[in-house]
Amino acid sequence: METAVKAKDYALAPINSKLSKEEKIDLLYGMLRIRRFEQEALNKYQNAGAMGGFLHLYIGQESVAVGACSLMGDNDHVITAYRCHGHALAVGMTMNECMAELYGKSTGCSKGKGGSMHFFAPDKNFWGGHGIVGGQTPLGLGLAYGIKYKGLKGAALCFLGDGAVNQGCFYESLNMAALFGLPVIYVIENNKYSMGTSLERSSVVRDCLAQRGEAFLIDWAQANGEDIYEVRASVQTAIERAHSKSRPTLLELDTYRYYGHSVADANHKGGYRSNDELDAYKRDHDPIQLFKRRLIAEGILTDEDFDKLNEEAKAEAKASVQFAEESPIPSDASIFEDVYFEVDRQTEAGRTGKHFFHD
Amino acid sequence: MALIEYREALNQAFAEEIERDPNVVLIGEEVAQYDGAYKVTKGLWKKYGDKRVVDTPISEAAFIGMGIGASMLGLRPVMELMFWSFCTVAYDQIVNNAAQVRYMSGGLINCPIVIRGPANGGTNVGATHSHTPENWLANVPGLKVVSAANAYDAKGLMKTAIRDNDPVMFMENTLLYGEKWEVPEEEYLIPLGKADIKKEGKDVTLIAHGRAALTAMKAAELLAAEHDVDAEVIDLRSIRPLDEDAILASVRKTHRAVLVDENKPFCGVSAQIAAMLQEKAFDDLDAPVLRVTALDAPAIYAPKVEPKQLPRPQDVIAKVLSIR
Repeated sequence: METAVKAKDYALAPINSKLSKEEKIDLLYGMLRIRRFEQEALNKYQNAGAMGGFLHLYIGQESVAVGACSLMGDNDHVITAYRCHGHALAVGMTMNECMAELYGKSTGCSKGKGGSMHFFAPDKNFWGGHGIVGGQTPLGLGLAYGIKYKGLKGAALCFLGDGAVNQGCFYESLNMAALFGLPVIYVIENNKYSMGTSLERSSVVRDCLAQRGEAFLIDWAQANGEDIYEVRASVQTAIERAHSKSRPTLLELDTYRYYGHSVADANHKGGYRSNDELDAYKRDHDPIQLFKRRLIAEGILTDEDFDKLNEEAKAEAKASVQFAEESPIPSDASIFEDVYFEVDRQTEAGRTGKHFFHD
Repeated sequence: MALIEYREALNQAFAEEIERDPNVVLIGEEVAQYDGAYKVTKGLWKKYGDKRVVDTPISEAAFIGMGIGASMLGLRPVMELMFWSFCTVAYDQIVNNAAQVRYMSGGLINCPIVIRGPANGGTNVGATHSHTPENWLANVPGLKVVSAANAYDAKGLMKTAIRDNDPVMFMENTLLYGEKWEVPEEEYLIPLGKADIKKEGKDVTLIAHGRAALTAMKAAELLAAEHDVDAEVIDLRSIRPLDEDAILASVRKTHRAVLVDENKPFCGVSAQIAAMLQEKAFDDLDAPVLRVTALDAPAIYAPKVEPKQLPRPQDVIAKVLSIR
């Protein structure tokens, strides 16, 4: 199946043309790892009842997180919403710590205290994993504020969905980002549905959502998120703007999720969206398949190579399940750990007064 | 010791901490060029400049969230809410982000932020500007809640709050900003979680925080002068962490307790302490624990009526005499 002919080939963008063969394979492998990880998680969620709560899958959107996070330098930071597994793996978190977190085990990235929506790795400049729609947008502003305050050349990549654009604090943040000249990049991952409500039913749109940046004199762009080259080229432009001018960007990346809003979303198939729409996307717009074909066309990948990468990712995912299953659950005592810094460290402040009131 | 206003004591705390730690930054509406809506930050922008004292638009959700995000990266933002009543529009940021991020990250992240401003009724500004949200906030594990009743405490507690590595919600009072107390020239800190025994006594314990501690003191003076009742007065200073030991020790001595609280009664701070007393000091009590709280309705505007809605010395005296 041929993809639509593009006006511009983003493989030629400087940030992509300089990629080595190995780096390109790494991008593909990064996407495969997310997909295999999440499908393994879904399997265990549905069939084994190994997890509680929600499971918001990123499958279909992998090119966005992998492409954007592949550009991060030492002072670039990432924050996102509850659909956070892809970003977590893309910044370098291990499948083991992520799977164990889904299982609610003490070896999880958040010691089993956060769950699916709340992955964190500040050592990898990854600040979550946030459960309230749009609630992370002021935090992203704050990361950018901290970067600028410290005199660092960096950017805060703050991801949000197309549903989050209608939260008030997002607009307050856009105004302040422009007013203060903060190096924040708001990346709208437009997967067309805010839970079960389509874009048309939730947002007033002239051309695209990112255009709303104009109201705040913020540079904005819309790009095709299914093409990882295009993702990298568009995010790189924003990063350069943040680094060199300390100016914000509002970037909209069109993408699509294959599964429901969460696994608990029973209406996504043949309900608020048609099976034809879903099938057409998988067939013609799958970011992994598109990039696979691209790399084959470039002569740096074979079908056999791809299968091998896929098997490796699958094996890593299965191993992470085993790791999670064999890991211990958190102790009852751990309920009261990680609430207060001062209590955890047993500083003088932490030893003064009563902090917990259950007895 | 110098006799200075409550607002000046806070101002000194900010100046000293700005000079001590390059990561301390004051952020809020009108805090810089306007010198603060209540002049608490007067002169600081002129002295320390744009980097350390920052005006924001009227966007509490965004600027409180911004402070939280910046604190995750190691800054120590001191955020002013012009009124604590306005925390309602930043509540998601405070409750879901500042309070939970440490826990949900398994301790990988902490938020050394102070959010401060006045939290009181009694100024005829109507219900929207008269909330006392210390109980709303103290209900959330992960937050610390402090209430300063005088200039000395305001300075010492604020300096500690800024150095604390957890999010501290700092309650001030517009009725006290212009009042004067003695404050030492030399540096001092007051720990969070340590109550202040304002007056020792043997007959009854009056427990309060914020301006209610002054009301309790006034009541104690009148009780001694006119009713031969020797009341002990405890100013909690910190709601969470709470100096439970000081409360229990006092009640075990006096065997009677009256809580004085400008907070509303239902699930208020006084309700928490009353519950604690019946659980832990039941056998020591010679009378029921009584409460004098704000009257349980929205803050009325009418200037002639509103004073009756908050605890007054005579209300405290009446309760004490009822269990004498």
